[in-house]
Amino acid sequence: MSLLQVKDLTVHFHIRRGLGKKSMDTVHAVDDVTFEVVEGETLALVGESGCGKSTAARAVLQLVKPTAGTIRFLDQDLSGLSAGQRRKAMRDAQVVFQDPYSSLDPRLTVHDLVAEPLKAQARMSARELEARVLALLEMVGLGTQHLWRRPHEFSGGQCQRIAIARALALEPKLVVLDEPTSALDVSVQARILVLLDDLQRRLSLTYLFIAHDLAVVESMAHALAVMYLGRIVEQGPAAEIFRAPRHPYTVALLRSSPSPDPEERGTMKVLEGDVPSAVRPPAGCRFHPRCPFRMDVCVAECPQPHAVGERLVACHLPDDFDTSTTGSKVLL
Amino acid sequence: MEVAQTARLADWRVRHQSSIEEARYNVRVFFKDKLAVAGLIIIVFTIVVAFIGPWIAPYPEQGRGESNITERLQAPSSKHLLGTDNYGRDVLSRVIYGARIPLLISFVTTAAIVLIGVPIGGIAGYYGGKFDEVVMRICDVFLAFPSLILAIVFVAFLGPSIRNAMIAIVLSWWPWYTRLVRGMAVSLRERPYIEAAKTMGVRDFTIIGRHILPNSFGPVIVQMTLDIGTVILAAAGLSFIGLGAQPPVADWGLMISEGREYILDQWWIGAFAGLAILILVLAFNLVGDGLRDVLDPRSKR
Amino acid sequence: MDELLTVRGLKLQFRSMRGVVKALDGVDISVHDREILGLVGESGCGKTITGLAILGLLQKPQAEITGGEISYRGQDLLAKSDKEMQDLRGREISMVFQDPLASLNPVFQVGHQIEDVVRIHKGVSKRESRDTTLAALAEVGLPATDETMKRYPHQFSGGMRQRVCMAMALACGSPLLIADEPTTALDVTIQAQILNLLLRLREELGVAQVIITHNVGVAAQTCDRIAVMYAGSVVEEGPVVEVLSRPRHPYTIALYECLPHGHTASELRTIPGTVPDLISPPTGCRFHPRCKHVLDVCPTTKPQPAQVADRHWVSCFWATGQDGAASGHEAAP
Repeated sequence: MSLLQVKDLTVHFHIRRGLGKKSMDTVHAVDDVTFEVVEGETLALVGESGCGKSTAARAVLQLVKPTAGTIRFLDQDLSGLSAGQRRKAMRDAQVVFQDPYSSLDPRLTVHDLVAEPLKAQARMSARELEARVLALLEMVGLGTQHLWRRPHEFSGGQCQRIAIARALALEPKLVVLDEPTSALDVSVQARILVLLDDLQRRLSLTYLFIAHDLAVVESMAHALAVMYLGRIVEQGPAAEIFRAPRHPYTVALLRSSPSPDPEERGTMKVLEGDVPSAVRPPAGCRFHPRCPFRMDVCVAECPQPHAVGERLVACHLPDDFDTSTTGSKVLL
Repeated sequence: MEVAQTARLADWRVRHQSSIEEARYNVRVFFKDKLAVAGLIIIVFTIVVAFIGPWIAPYPEQGRGESNITERLQAPSSKHLLGTDNYGRDVLSRVIYGARIPLLISFVTTAAIVLIGVPIGGIAGYYGGKFDEVVMRICDVFLAFPSLILAIVFVAFLGPSIRNAMIAIVLSWWPWYTRLVRGMAVSLRERPYIEAAKTMGVRDFTIIGRHILPNSFGPVIVQMTLDIGTVILAAAGLSFIGLGAQPPVADWGLMISEGREYILDQWWIGAFAGLAILILVLAFNLVGDGLRDVLDPRSKR
Repeated sequence: MDELLTVRGLKLQFRSMRGVVKALDGVDISVHDREILGLVGESGCGKTITGLAILGLLQKPQAEITGGEISYRGQDLLAKSDKEMQDLRGREISMVFQDPLASLNPVFQVGHQIEDVVRIHKGVSKRESRDTTLAALAEVGLPATDETMKRYPHQFSGGMRQRVCMAMALACGSPLLIADEPTTALDVTIQAQILNLLLRLREELGVAQVIITHNVGVAAQTCDRIAVMYAGSVVEEGPVVEVLSRPRHPYTIALYECLPHGHTASELRTIPGTVPDLISPPTGCRFHPRCKHVLDVCPTTKPQPAQVADRHWVSCFWATGQDGAASGHEAAP
């Protein structure tokens, strides 16, 4: 059953470049993004900075107003709702942010932090609140001794657990995880990923996982959507895409990620060029300036996603084209 | 009963352990600054004196305003430690009584300024948009004038009295706090913990009250302590030009004004009042500096 | 290959609000000519401080070197005066940091900033420094034009800014470059470009490097040798392929098993316990409270580096046998 259906989502921002009304620029943060998240699974949105993954996630959470497109959550179209209705609908979608410290109000105690969603949406006595908060903390591996302390007294990993406990307070169906482990050390990251995986199984949670670290994505995601400059270039089952990526950008992304496996030494590949600005995205296929297989049609026309096996690829190249040669080998 | 009470106290202690520890730490840091402590002592001393004035002033009735013409313009002596003024009133008693008005004005008006300016700033900064624009433009208009001039205009309009002086000062000063808090609210509203609160369904006003304003308190408190000194000066200034306290009430600003004509030969009439203002304002500034060191995150753990 | 840089038994502590932090507890690393050494560890292990200590960039009264030696081409760096270290920096050893935006002065053009460095260290004429700067820009893959020189830092993208920093570091032709998390703030594809650039610099200019990173993958793909640090000392050092395929130290083994690469989340292993507080660190081997293979001797004595394979050293009683010699026990997977 699909929990979340995003169709043709477009988010544009207007920023003032200088003084005066004439100098307004449009940031094409997200353009025509369509994806679905299946209940109980993890969909990862992957890409580099400026690709729009965080903005898309914020649009799903209603923190940012979409310029166009529809978002259906639990079979409800979110755009037609009033503020109050939306608040009720979003009870079932919560978020965990990247930086554990800035996602928790430094002035509040752990109890108040985790109790906040309950205070906002449920009627509970102080005693019931405390009991529920303790239960949530136990689920993430914290205890009574932490209840009345403040975020700055904890490590990054512990703060992230507090944030997770808070996100689970309202028993949501969907949890949006915006780079939840990027700010953490490797060993701490492992603990958090194990916790998230465990919670997903126990509570039948659905995750929308935003990340730029492909190794993390590989370990957590069932489905994957690769974004570049506001558009999805390839999406489908994660294992499939990791095994045999098709879109040249996906290939470049996977091969650029340095593998710690000593047997894979020397397999890193380099894709030249910089990520262009989202203010003036290239015409046609947005990846064409960096694409080694660029054709004339790529400059003229933006490719529509079409099915290749179980996945969708937005590329003009024929389906049997070998894109694995994207990028040049690294000197060693 | 006793047991229940101790249990409740212990429970309160546990719940607020973090705040208690932080308060203890802050007090320790504050007390490291000797000047700030000196300032605090002076302020406490002045408040105590203001309270027990009628009992310690050597000539309380003169402090209140009764004349004693026979002994006018006497230099400081063992009978009148700080001399007498042009009406024969004991200057020391007048200085003691004169402490009440500056303290009253400064605390009440500062409290009013903060109660008005801070919430408006928080709401304007959080929501942005038209309300923010309108509020900021209003503030700009007010801030274009030197505050004291503005206060003078208001009092002239309302009529000279202590109450009107206080109203005038509140009207002239609130925009500073609105702008200060609005700036903080604008930067805080982007913080992830605010976004998280929105996702949880916390209502806007609760967000402002629970997250935005408490996190803005630091700079506000420092500003307040420094401003109390300025407000004392403003109130004294208004009294000096006759727009605040009216004779025969004892007020330091008024005393300086009354001592103006006699400044060359009977300097003591205005000088001691002036000295008192100087010391009190300095004390508030020192405490303000000390508080800033405490609240400045850089000097923390 | 000669040894360019040698650090032996470096001990360092610094004063913080809560007490004395014993940040480094005997660090041993060496870098040879044209070699790339990866200094790898998690936050708080002391890798950045080691880099700063080598260059003498630590604040004197608070940070204090309490033991050990640092020598560069045979010269004792700890005995040098501030002025001598200043001469050395840039000319012999240069450094690149994590955040290129913070490393560059926002109000000066980049060409100006690089030329400044060249003139200070080489004392050459304006024309020569300009030529040197253009050459440096070309080396790092930036257009060697007047237009590039005239730009300000904020006009470059993150990756290009890092290249500018590297141009500044190389402009004086220093044979050793210390790069502290040079790609952490960059996107993955840009990171690959910068790593490739570092490799090219070694290939074409013979620049030896110390790459400080928390990313084991970065070390695996670019370094010749790797030194793994934990809580202030190097626990394992050796050729990168050897150390990563046959790790000996329990921390290295555990760290590798934490990496999500090639595992599903449920397969991930974790390291019990937390990173120690360096104000009152554990006695003996600092890893012993979290170690699966802890022996009786571990809390009492600090293990010294012992050789376990060709150029592969480990500081661990379990890995090397209690008497300190390499034993024939089962190598860890």
